[in-house]
Amino acid sequence: MLKKYKKYFNFGFFLIFILLLIVSYNSSKRKPDSVGELITDLRWLNNFPKWLDVPFMVWINDGWRAFSAKYGLIFDAIGYGLLRSYSIIKNFLVDVPWPIIVFAVVLLTFYASGKKYGTTLFVGLCTFSIGFLNPRFWDKAIETTTIVFIGIVLCVIVGIPIGIAMARSPKVRNAILPILDLMQVIPAFCYLIPGIILFGLGAIPAIIGIFIYSCPPLIRLTDLGIRLVDKEILEAAESFGANKKQKLWGVQLPLALPNIMQGINQCTMMALAMVVVASMIGTRGLGDEVLLGLQQLNVGSSLEAGLAIVLLAIVFDRITQAYGERIQERTQPAKKKK
Amino acid sequence: MSKIEIKNIYKIFGTDPLSILPMVQKGASKEQVLEETGHTVGLDNVSISIEEGETFVCMGLSGSGKSTLIRHINRLIDPTHGEVIVNGTNVLDLNENQLIDFRKNEMSMVFQRFGLFPHKTVIQNVAYGLEIQGMQLEKRNEIAMKQIEAVGLIGFENQYPSQLSGGMQQRVGLARALATNPGILLMDEAFSALDPLIRSDMQQQLIELQSELKKTIVFITHDLDESLRLGDHIGILNGGRLVQVGTPEQIIMNPADDYVEAFVKDVNRAKVLRAKTVMIKADQFNAKDLKLSDTYKVNESVYIEEFLPKVLSDRSTIVVVDNKGDTMGYITEKELAISLSKTAHQK
Repeated sequence: MLKKYKKYFNFGFFLIFILLLIVSYNSSKRKPDSVGELITDLRWLNNFPKWLDVPFMVWINDGWRAFSAKYGLIFDAIGYGLLRSYSIIKNFLVDVPWPIIVFAVVLLTFYASGKKYGTTLFVGLCTFSIGFLNPRFWDKAIETTTIVFIGIVLCVIVGIPIGIAMARSPKVRNAILPILDLMQVIPAFCYLIPGIILFGLGAIPAIIGIFIYSCPPLIRLTDLGIRLVDKEILEAAESFGANKKQKLWGVQLPLALPNIMQGINQCTMMALAMVVVASMIGTRGLGDEVLLGLQQLNVGSSLEAGLAIVLLAIVFDRITQAYGERIQERTQPAKKKK
Repeated sequence: MSKIEIKNIYKIFGTDPLSILPMVQKGASKEQVLEETGHTVGLDNVSISIEEGETFVCMGLSGSGKSTLIRHINRLIDPTHGEVIVNGTNVLDLNENQLIDFRKNEMSMVFQRFGLFPHKTVIQNVAYGLEIQGMQLEKRNEIAMKQIEAVGLIGFENQYPSQLSGGMQQRVGLARALATNPGILLMDEAFSALDPLIRSDMQQQLIELQSELKKTIVFITHDLDESLRLGDHIGILNGGRLVQVGTPEQIIMNPADDYVEAFVKDVNRAKVLRAKTVMIKADQFNAKDLKLSDTYKVNESVYIEEFLPKVLSDRSTIVVVDNKGDTMGYITEKELAISLSKTAHQK
């Protein structure tokens, strides 16, 4: 089927290319006086001619202006919702006395890791050390945590269903994979700046940035995890008459869970990396401290803040990793058997 | 009406199977099709009918299409061309929901690598089919426990599959397949992954279960001894083509071609052939030669190996009798020698 239409597709692309050439020539201010000049005067072959320029920037800016004028309200609403949840969580955590937070983290690690004392102690110590490095860091770390947390929740809500859709249909996968590549490769500032225009300075564009930057690994790993589920096990479910929903919730997702947890773990690490970059658009938190140290050429201060970020990353990593490992043990205990 | 009727099934794997179909129907060989078009012929005009309550063994080497064939019966694979009729319904006419209902109620399947759910305990695995049917937890656990008991796994119901040995895992697979009480049991190389002793145990267990339950079993294997032991009828596949269908005796005594002959060459015939297959009929036997003192009576359905020592040690003649005790025929050393020699069928 596709092969038959491929010819036409290729022809279409060729047409578009020609059209682009003509449009860019016509819209350029530096074009020669007449087309005939191109043949008589061949100097334009030496350097890349200035008139051969697709007016991409103009188009995007025009489109962007129209877009934000038309849909700005929707983004205001999204931004407001995110801001509300951000400030509620942040204010709550800041108000809670720090020993309780340390204790809560310890408790969470203890149960997530399946009652491993070593991991629990280590994570508890790391949490304490964030404040211990510099008392100022405690509230900043909470701000950062809140941003990262909301970002990850967004990633999970959006990313896992997309991953599932990709695993189900090769067509969807082919359509989405290039978008994921784009999301991962495009420099962060390219979408942080439109973020500022839409949502203003502060935490919200950072959350959006985190979402764009750290969602791809989660989507990829969800997709991979589901596709890696043993074909025979799926056939078994099918042979008993399981429908799509029963296969997904009863077999595919539980068996893909270790991979999905790995995705969430990767998501968390990338989110923390993004937080530092986001500090340059005025997001507060630990990244802010790094930036401040840099601007004042204060090596000690920025390194201290960097260390605090590392500690925070260790805490996140240990908790999600430990939980993932525990699930894996449950689904594949054979690997742990002596 | 047979329980399962497979009619002229073709299955071709590749990008455009339908365009290759005429070529295969004209009789192009598997190798030829692969070379010329890049398509793989999975099944080539296979027709089988399986009666209710029998064990049909489908045998072939790897790549012969046997696993593909069994997946057509519950339509895990759609054929390129042909019909699959189960209980008088054409399975290929079912829509998605009907197919799901059909799989829920009519049949269940046992897999080579067990296909157990690693995240579910033994009892949850066994009860899976019932869970899909929407049965209440208590009731399905009750039924599942009965099946676990039937396969001898009491005490393991709350273990995870990976904590069990291979043989035990396959018993869970068998219990899971039986729990929904289906009419048809599909077994895809169910015992191939087990070591020989456990395999023999499982075969025995299946024979015992089958003598009680009288299911229609379609059993896939690459092991001739297994197929001779379990099968009421055996179908032999080679390169996607069905080369011979028959009872174990027919296959042994009259192999259809060189392929089947190579298969049966090393079989222990004494274990497979029954008295009634090798005997000379009473009216063709010169009863004058018979010394009554040296005779020994056996039932017609007894395997040769059971009376072979008697013939060898006492030089006695075997009198074959039917269930009522009437004489059906005789077996002397000569008949034994013919039936046990590898080239017997050529005579």
